[in-house]
Amino acid sequence: MTDATLNNIKLAPREATTWQRLQVNRNWLGMWFMLPAAAFLILFLAYPLGLGVWISFTDARIGRGGDFVGLENYEWLWDDTVFWLSVFNTLLYTIVASAFKFAVGLYLALLLNQNLPFKAILRAVVLIPFIVPTVLSAIAFWWLFDSQFSIISWTLKKAGLISTNIDFLGDVWNARWSVIFANIWRGVPFVAITLLAGLQTVSPTLYEAATIDGANKWQIFRHVTYPLLTPIIAVVMTFSVLFTFTDFQLIWVLTRGGPVNATQLMATLSYQRAILGGHLGEGAAISTAMIPFLLAAILISWFGLQRRKWQQGENND
Amino acid sequence: MTDALAPKLADPKKTLHGVSPMADASEGMSYLERLPRRLVTLYLPLTIILIVLLFPFYWMALTAIKPDEQLLNLEKFNPFWTWTPTLKHIEKLLFDTYYPLWLWNTMLVAVCATVLSIIASVLAAYAIVRLRYRGAQWIGGAIFLAYLVPPSILFIPLSSVVFQYGLFDTPFALILTYPTILIPFSTWLLMGYFKTIPFELEECALIDGASRWQILIRIVLPLSIPGLISAFIFCFTLCWNEFIYALTFLSSTQNKTVPVAIVNEFVDGDIYRWGSLMAGALAGSLPLVVLYAFFVEHYVSAMTGAVKE
Repeated sequence: MTDATLNNIKLAPREATTWQRLQVNRNWLGMWFMLPAAAFLILFLAYPLGLGVWISFTDARIGRGGDFVGLENYEWLWDDTVFWLSVFNTLLYTIVASAFKFAVGLYLALLLNQNLPFKAILRAVVLIPFIVPTVLSAIAFWWLFDSQFSIISWTLKKAGLISTNIDFLGDVWNARWSVIFANIWRGVPFVAITLLAGLQTVSPTLYEAATIDGANKWQIFRHVTYPLLTPIIAVVMTFSVLFTFTDFQLIWVLTRGGPVNATQLMATLSYQRAILGGHLGEGAAISTAMIPFLLAAILISWFGLQRRKWQQGENND
Repeated sequence: MTDALAPKLADPKKTLHGVSPMADASEGMSYLERLPRRLVTLYLPLTIILIVLLFPFYWMALTAIKPDEQLLNLEKFNPFWTWTPTLKHIEKLLFDTYYPLWLWNTMLVAVCATVLSIIASVLAAYAIVRLRYRGAQWIGGAIFLAYLVPPSILFIPLSSVVFQYGLFDTPFALILTYPTILIPFSTWLLMGYFKTIPFELEECALIDGASRWQILIRIVLPLSIPGLISAFIFCFTLCWNEFIYALTFLSSTQNKTVPVAIVNEFVDGDIYRWGSLMAGALAGSLPLVVLYAFFVEHYVSAMTGAVKE
């Protein structure tokens, strides 16, 4: 009896400390604080990511779980010309659109960085294409690219440059250039405004010093602005490349992959095969095939970030 | 819109960062250039780029108010202007379709997903930056990686997950999946803001006997309101913009969000659909543009902050 009471007395404070430790210990506390975010990210991001890779090794269809079939989906894709066409389209789309987004975005950022009247309003206006949901602006482009009533064809005809309407979305290469143009249009503001933020951190004294040393405009850009801007360019372009590579919305609204799969990207093809065609396994295999490309982009971003820290003389914190 | 922007943007130096006096790099040497040269090298290219960037919106707005016969007859009427604007398309949109309902769905999903994500990210960002529990840096890196996982490789497995949990074709399918896009971004953004809050403030509060929770609520959050607004607006925009999840996880007309509904419900064989299609696209963009006009500084700082961190 006495032993039991003694034990109780001994135990009571120890239990309290355990509870208190849960409240103040930084590792436990950290875990409580991380819990909501971790729950979302594990349930709806990490788990599906793994599940996607698993599904790509099964013959799952909509409405029934599949059996393991090994690499069959990938072997099937290896011989599928439409798949390889979609890889080609995706690479073309990403490379051309990103290159133009970079060039035009950097140019626009340099223009906006000069002394301008109404600078702030201009900056705000430039960003509008990025604010408006892609699908909704894509619908405007759909109308601009209409085969019969396109205002672009009309203007060119009035100017005497062409005699018949341009079939923007019906012809293989026209369709490709049209969707690439719409993508550039949508992406330039993001690149321009983020690069502008980078430009504004470049000290004007550097430009003054370079001018005194007799550098011309191009030399100033090449040897002062550009080196200081490379880290942020690396990050911005990684984001841009990632989002262009996995683009779906724009294509889906404008062409749905047509004509004859000329604008079929890997994302749209996987949607078509998995959701519309019902072959979840094959669609998942196409999605999984995108991962190596994304990893490559992420690695580039990683090295870009490292370089930035080195350039700014920071510690690796 | 310009009127609303003007007072906010009166001081361009403050707009982006509001920090350094060197923010405006241009004043220094631009006096060296004469006006004609500036016209060709600066104003002309800028005007061309601006026209290209803004023309689709002008065209969208014009199409939304043009009568049908003018839309399709480019020879008889001047296509770039109309003297007889009509509200017919907008009226059709509001009374003959589920458009108000779709707008409501989008708003509901966007607000719920954003609020959930901000709560989760505030907690996570605070823990990573200030609690510095074991492995916090690795978790921070993992969250950055999660930001780079695009929806287009997740929608197939997610659709079966959504099905398993019985969420298919309900708003919850989107409210619970959108945070996977939003949490990484806003955590990353808020981590940057929390780092700028002086550590000493928290130490004082700890000495006064405040718990971590009290510190977060009473000290850190009030100081990071600009960051919270930035995160909120950007998340809201991302939700509004999201398409592939909404397209995959919703099937009935009444549950759809604006982007999906416009693409799927408006696109029929009707040759006169353009007016109401453009009215729908315009009405769907307007809430975001208005929000943007009021919080443009926060928006830009969210965008650049997330990249620079």
